[in-house]
Amino acid sequence: MSESAFQIFINALLANNFVLAMFLGLCPFLGVSSKLDTALPMGVATTFVMLVASLCAYGLNLLLSALGLEFLRLISYIVIIASSVQLVEMVLKKYSPTLFRALGIYLPLITTNCAVLGVALFQTAREYDFIQSMTFSFGGGAGFTLALVLMASVRERLQLSDVPSVAQGTALSLMLAGILSLAFMGFAGLGG
Amino acid sequence: MAQPTVNTWEEFMEGVWRQNPVFVMVLGMCPTLAVTVSAMNALSMGVATTFVLICSCALVSLTRRFTPKEVRIAVYIVIIATFVTAVDYAIQAISLALYDALGAFIQLIVVNCIILGRAEAHAAKNPPLPAMINAAGMGLGFTIGLLALGTVREIFGAGSLFGFTLFGEGFQPWVVMVLPPGGFFVLGSWLLLFAALERRKQRKLAEVQGAPKNV
Repeated sequence: MSESAFQIFINALLANNFVLAMFLGLCPFLGVSSKLDTALPMGVATTFVMLVASLCAYGLNLLLSALGLEFLRLISYIVIIASSVQLVEMVLKKYSPTLFRALGIYLPLITTNCAVLGVALFQTAREYDFIQSMTFSFGGGAGFTLALVLMASVRERLQLSDVPSVAQGTALSLMLAGILSLAFMGFAGLGG
Repeated sequence: MAQPTVNTWEEFMEGVWRQNPVFVMVLGMCPTLAVTVSAMNALSMGVATTFVLICSCALVSLTRRFTPKEVRIAVYIVIIATFVTAVDYAIQAISLALYDALGAFIQLIVVNCIILGRAEAHAAKNPPLPAMINAAGMGLGFTIGLLALGTVREIFGAGSLFGFTLFGEGFQPWVVMVLPPGGFFVLGSWLLLFAALERRKQRKLAEVQGAPKNV
């Protein structure tokens, strides 16, 4: 594991963007990206959950490895993620009820966001140490937010343009995502 | 979906066609796009997901009377995670090559929205047998969706199908198809095709009935 923290960050943010290159977290990516106002908070909330989950998963993995209980890894990770989502939900509800309502159903769905579980699983599989794990999850979260914001901006613009009615909806979003993904391929090789 | 259907066949076909998880409900996108670089991967992923789907729906349905409402989601997730762990170890034992190809996406079956969605919307309200039938239909629908993507991407991107080469020497692979953007493009095109077909059907229906029908 000779990757520097900076390389991991750039890799997770751009070259191996969670959404556009690794296909993680597509449900919120397609669901919440219709307005910029909700896309950004959603991205930030997911990033926060990722950081918390990554932190807990790191500690938990040490514990499970020490006890030889690796087969419980998946179950315990998902429970941890569910609890941290609950935490974020309570904090948001208390401090920003408007935002809480805007995010609606998508907030509890962070639990089933593959990106969050993906972070925990990948950092275990790649045997990242503590600093590497935290940078990885932060980079991944930032990358997710970036993809979400880009997508939302494009979709807001598209509402003003004349799209063939057959193509409206998910098909159009997927085509857009494909083009964005093509653009992100240009980052390949960056950060080694 | 909550209605107590007696017609088993209809229950089964609902997931396969009318409510196809990939093309109609657009659920479970992450594995759909990530593992469909070849038809073989798509098929194995579909089978693995179907197995988890049927088993967890059966168990959720069996325990539906003892599960407290407040913690039901947590219970479902633990049930699903248990079966996924089993599948994960099973695939690792059967074929290491397949395990490497699917990678983390086997474990990510846990967060596949289709399974949790089925558990919540159907299995929690129905007896085990209908729940399993419904789950089997959904699983088949998901597998068909994956195959539809996997075959197209493999044929264009690698010039083969299930590992057999289809074209002659002069074939130039359309590499982008097996890269991430290809996944988005192919799924987008399938959705476009279905939307166009639906549009045509409605137009024909309108012509026959003489009045536009809002569906």
